[in-house]
Amino acid sequence: MFQIVRKQEMAKGTIIRFDINAPKIAKKVKAGQFVIIRVNDTGERIPLTVADKDEFAGTIALIFQVVGKSTALMRSLNEGDLIKDVVGPLGKAAETEKIGTVIMVGGGTGVAILHHVAKAFKEAGNYVIGIIGAQTKEMLILQNEMEHICDELVITSDDGSIGEMGFVTGPLAKYMGERHDIKLVYAIGPIIMMKNVAKLTEKSKLPTMVSLNPIMIDGTGMCGGCRVKVNNETMFCCVDGPDFDGHKVDFDELQNRNSLYLQDEKDSLLFSIK
Amino acid sequence: MLNQDVKYLKFKSYLNIYCPHCNNTLNVESKEEKSVNFKAIYKKQEIDLSLSPYLDVFDIQASINIEPDHLVDDLICPHCNTSLINKDVKCGECESPVGEVTIFAATKLLPFYLCTKQGCEWHGLTKRDERRIKLKIPRQAMPEQDQKLRVHNHQEVPYGYTSELALLEAGRCLQCKNPQCVLGCPVNIDIPAFIALVAEEKFNEAAKKIKETNVLPAVCGRVCPQESQCEEKCIVGHKDEPVAIGRLERFVADFERKMELVEIPVIKKDTNKKIAVVGSGPAGLTLAADMRQKGYGVTIFEALHETGGVLTYGIPEFRLPKSIVQFEINYLKEIGVRFELNHVIGNVLTVDELLEHFDAVFVGVGAGLPKFMNLPNESLGNIFSSNEYLTRMNLMKAYKFPEYDTPKPKGNKVVVIGGGNVAMDCARTAIRTGSAEVTIVYRRSRHELPARGEEVHHTEEEGVKFRLLTNPIKYLGTDHNTVKGLECIQMELGEPDESGRRRPVPIENSEFTIECDMAIVAIGTGPNPIIFQSTPDMELNKWGYIHTDPDTLETTKEFVYAGGDIVTGSATVIEAMGAGRIAANAIHAKLSKPKKKAKKK
Repeated sequence: MFQIVRKQEMAKGTIIRFDINAPKIAKKVKAGQFVIIRVNDTGERIPLTVADKDEFAGTIALIFQVVGKSTALMRSLNEGDLIKDVVGPLGKAAETEKIGTVIMVGGGTGVAILHHVAKAFKEAGNYVIGIIGAQTKEMLILQNEMEHICDELVITSDDGSIGEMGFVTGPLAKYMGERHDIKLVYAIGPIIMMKNVAKLTEKSKLPTMVSLNPIMIDGTGMCGGCRVKVNNETMFCCVDGPDFDGHKVDFDELQNRNSLYLQDEKDSLLFSIK
Repeated sequence: MLNQDVKYLKFKSYLNIYCPHCNNTLNVESKEEKSVNFKAIYKKQEIDLSLSPYLDVFDIQASINIEPDHLVDDLICPHCNTSLINKDVKCGECESPVGEVTIFAATKLLPFYLCTKQGCEWHGLTKRDERRIKLKIPRQAMPEQDQKLRVHNHQEVPYGYTSELALLEAGRCLQCKNPQCVLGCPVNIDIPAFIALVAEEKFNEAAKKIKETNVLPAVCGRVCPQESQCEEKCIVGHKDEPVAIGRLERFVADFERKMELVEIPVIKKDTNKKIAVVGSGPAGLTLAADMRQKGYGVTIFEALHETGGVLTYGIPEFRLPKSIVQFEINYLKEIGVRFELNHVIGNVLTVDELLEHFDAVFVGVGAGLPKFMNLPNESLGNIFSSNEYLTRMNLMKAYKFPEYDTPKPKGNKVVVIGGGNVAMDCARTAIRTGSAEVTIVYRRSRHELPARGEEVHHTEEEGVKFRLLTNPIKYLGTDHNTVKGLECIQMELGEPDESGRRRPVPIENSEFTIECDMAIVAIGTGPNPIIFQSTPDMELNKWGYIHTDPDTLETTKEFVYAGGDIVTGSATVIEAMGAGRIAANAIHAKLSKPKKKAKKK
């Protein structure tokens, strides 16, 4: 059993941060790696990328958006409550050695993961430019943390309520035009955002990494549910990823596979309300 | 009336006894007891004889005292008054005349002989007759759930033998002097010895006998491919069907469990040495039990949230009830084995870190990475690996969705690719969860199907269709990117390949499409890379599995052992258990040498 030591609501309660007591995982987890949690005996296994860790306190931070039954159930938990299973760290860590200037692009809940990777890039001595976006001002998360980490930070919102109006690809294109020392773009967010970032950087052959979030059961390479096409090869996101070369990922296929259980999620939510 | 013990009959199960002349039953049942009644002539007097079954002997009750070693002159049927004496047969023990009756043995009527000598230890058959009668007993079928009923539930299909059926089946064993069956068993269970104990109705002792070499008999009795192991070698099987060793194994294990006769063994003095086991599947469980009994402290690390490995996530409830798996695991807990769930070794702890705290590490992680065929459109929705499908259904209990949160894969017309046990499990799970039409596609012929015969039989009974000699070439998708069909090509058998099986070759222009809205790929698994990534000094063989010394199962990394599917590739539960035993003995041998230990430090 794993205890929730801190709970924080963000973005009008639609995004939640848990700090969970898991010393063994906190000691090992690196940026980009994920854990799988199962809230109770009837629960699903939910993959969540670790957003931060505190090795000394022995905690890991998980940030998730409330979308379906399981995440709604998680929101109902409070500080001091116990989570049945947390397994990890899983997946490969992001490669964050010193390479020069990197642009970190994040959208929505993806900023949670991005901030952990950005931190690792910064600690390795890179010049970190951050571009983070959200639908509205209220939905933007981790603004302060990103400001603290990034050497430069640009914020966008779909409705212009904070920062520049528009998508993250706007400022990214501008940077690509202005600066020629960019070594890497790291994009984490909704599939459509990562797809558009990859499309943009592909023209100038700017290396781009994306972090994928397919449907997963065990997270240890056993089920093959998380298979994605990368460079026309079938890869398992949980053991080969979750970070891949954005120019080689088949995003459409990922989008299709991720929408397979939408109806089931609705059914499940309805069932639990009943 | 006097009671005198006479062992006329050895097999209690031949309870239904008939007169061979008038076919009336000689059995008499009253509230108090069951008995078999005869008339007899003793010292020219007509007397009544009554045999009643009591434990493993028959009591004889006669209306006058029969002196020991005296013969009754005649045995007579009380219904037709005909003499039952058969002059052609003599008692195998004392050569006295015998009376012939007919016994009802499960499905057949057989002659049976009763010695007329009072106190004769032999039951009236010559050795040869006994063998003949044994060979006449047909292989006993297990009672099982009705095929129409069982497709609507997830309960186990066979109910298992009753004690009567087990006695009959045990009676078929010839007790060979050079038992071949033992050689066919990967852990060399003393099969004739345990069957002899079953025949003597010592079911508990029989279970203990098996447990000397096999810690999971209830599991093995259910999932071992006996027909290609012990039962393949059975001498009875040369002329008739072999003795149902697996069913008997299952029976005694179930008997022991249900009667609460499982004993917690006394652990030898602790050695103060500790073993880490990676993976709680059959190999790891066997090794853990063995090492614990040798006095080692054992900790099992399991990546999933449930113990049991393939026994839990892979094999469905209707073939191996999870309560049995958990019972066996509880037994390990009771003897002091520790379990650490949710530990992916390689990530949260590396093998090197384990070696800092443990004296040896056993890697039994199985071959968990699913294989795909890399056909066009394989990433369409509703195409699952068998691992995903079964994990969802068994481990996550998706068949109880939405009570359990994991969504259930849904399909009305389901295609399962593959011919092994896993393919059968997937097909039968689909049938049970509401799929109307399930088809198994396999590229070789029926003869080559790698699944257990019993599983194939059950699968067919439950209405699954088989498309044999059929190879998939392409998936077809709907506009919503889910699968709508599987394009296949017809095959024929050509020349034998290196595995000795005839290689299937495609027949030109024989393509056709099977309509489906769900497809499950059950074509095997490969090695999972997680543990290798952090353990580069553990060498792999050319197939990508761990390279081990075949005698000790030690890897190229000292004090690290490996066994089961991660060494051999996909194999059986019992072979993994055999590997666990070999490694346990090797680790014990190595750690018992004090010098080696000192060298390590």
